[in-house]
Amino acid sequence: MMPTHPYSWLIIITTFVVALAVTLFPVPVMLDPLRPDWVALVLIYWIIALPHRVGVGTAWLAGIFQDAATGTLLGQQAMGLAVVAYLVLLLHQRIRNYPVWQQAIIVMIFIALFRVIGAWVLGVIGRPADFSYWLPAVTSMLAWPLVFLLLRHIRRRYHVV
Amino acid sequence: MTMDHRWHYLDTVRSAMSLVVYPLQLVVDLSTTPLRSISNYFSSRTALLEQVETLRTRQTLLDAQLQRMVTLEAENRRLRRLLHSSRETRQKTQVAEIIAVDLDPFSRQVVINKGSSDDVFPGQPLLDANGVMGQVVHVGPFSSTALLITAPSHATPVQVNRNGLRAIAMGTGAPNRLDLPFIPNNADIRVGDILVTSGLGGRFPPGHPVATISRVENLPSRPYARVEATPTANLDGIREVLLVWTTSVSPSPEGITGTTEATGQNRPVP
Repeated sequence: MMPTHPYSWLIIITTFVVALAVTLFPVPVMLDPLRPDWVALVLIYWIIALPHRVGVGTAWLAGIFQDAATGTLLGQQAMGLAVVAYLVLLLHQRIRNYPVWQQAIIVMIFIALFRVIGAWVLGVIGRPADFSYWLPAVTSMLAWPLVFLLLRHIRRRYHVV
Repeated sequence: MTMDHRWHYLDTVRSAMSLVVYPLQLVVDLSTTPLRSISNYFSSRTALLEQVETLRTRQTLLDAQLQRMVTLEAENRRLRRLLHSSRETRQKTQVAEIIAVDLDPFSRQVVINKGSSDDVFPGQPLLDANGVMGQVVHVGPFSSTALLITAPSHATPVQVNRNGLRAIAMGTGAPNRLDLPFIPNNADIRVGDILVTSGLGGRFPPGHPVATISRVENLPSRPYARVEATPTANLDGIREVLLVWTTSVSPSPEGITGTTEATGQNRPVP
């Protein structure tokens, strides 16, 4: 087995930073509610691929940074991502063996769960979520094959294990 | 954790984190510059000439109005002195730029490129050329987050410019609509009325345009009419905004909840 790339942590962090940048990238107002949860997708990929390196703690950190960057309550997305990370960690061996399209459906369920937790927080602070709040679950499902193939290519290219 | 934030215990943490995230936001902002320059490149010469022409006409018009404004301001000050009124309306403004990043689409916030190093404070009003945009809610060292007046958690104390009727303009979350609850059915309010800030919340300086009434519907079965307004400020398509320091508006540390409570007491009595 080949040794891991010496800067593998840097590569994982870079993918998260890029995901966050894409999340912030301005798009027309019409497309804004359709934006997939890029950070969550990248997180799910890394947990499935490297469950011994990326886990609940990474999820929470990524979520906190996403909270700070997108102006939501500190902890709202962190909590959602941590819960999703825990479940993915439990199921990672099963998800790994699914074909990509089946993974995409599972991912949609996870993103929906992430959004349910966000909706709960929003409900507590008196800002109920409307229909468009749930659309990213579907677009994330459609974006999953792209994220999966791209990150797998990066992981193999740089020997991140 | 989330609860903590509700009572603003974590403002320093958020301020520190905004410092970490700011470079990323700047990079995203810069990466949109080529897109914008491309669209400039392809806009035709005639369109540009047309734009120059309209801007020039507006400039002349505004200059003419400004001449009158100077004399009126002097007269106003003289009359106020006669009345021994001490209300000082001098303002200091600074231009800030909105950083082109999309935040959570449901919270209606924007990031601006001025922070506590430029004396920005929480609760500071944010204007554009046409009216009130919102107020600053979180201040970082070099950037701050502002809540727009259309945010569901924002309420702006306003009055009708025509007759001084006081009201509250609540955000709805929709990009171009404000709701005015608690307007009695028999109130003198019409479509086309201009709403200006009343200054009652102590947050916004009085007399800035906020919105135009777009719909008035009397509901005989309800105690209050349904009144909707369209913000005059260009909330979605603008880059340069004005930060205002007013001498009479003191920086108050409590956040947006403070404003909502303060305005809640100023409901018009039916």
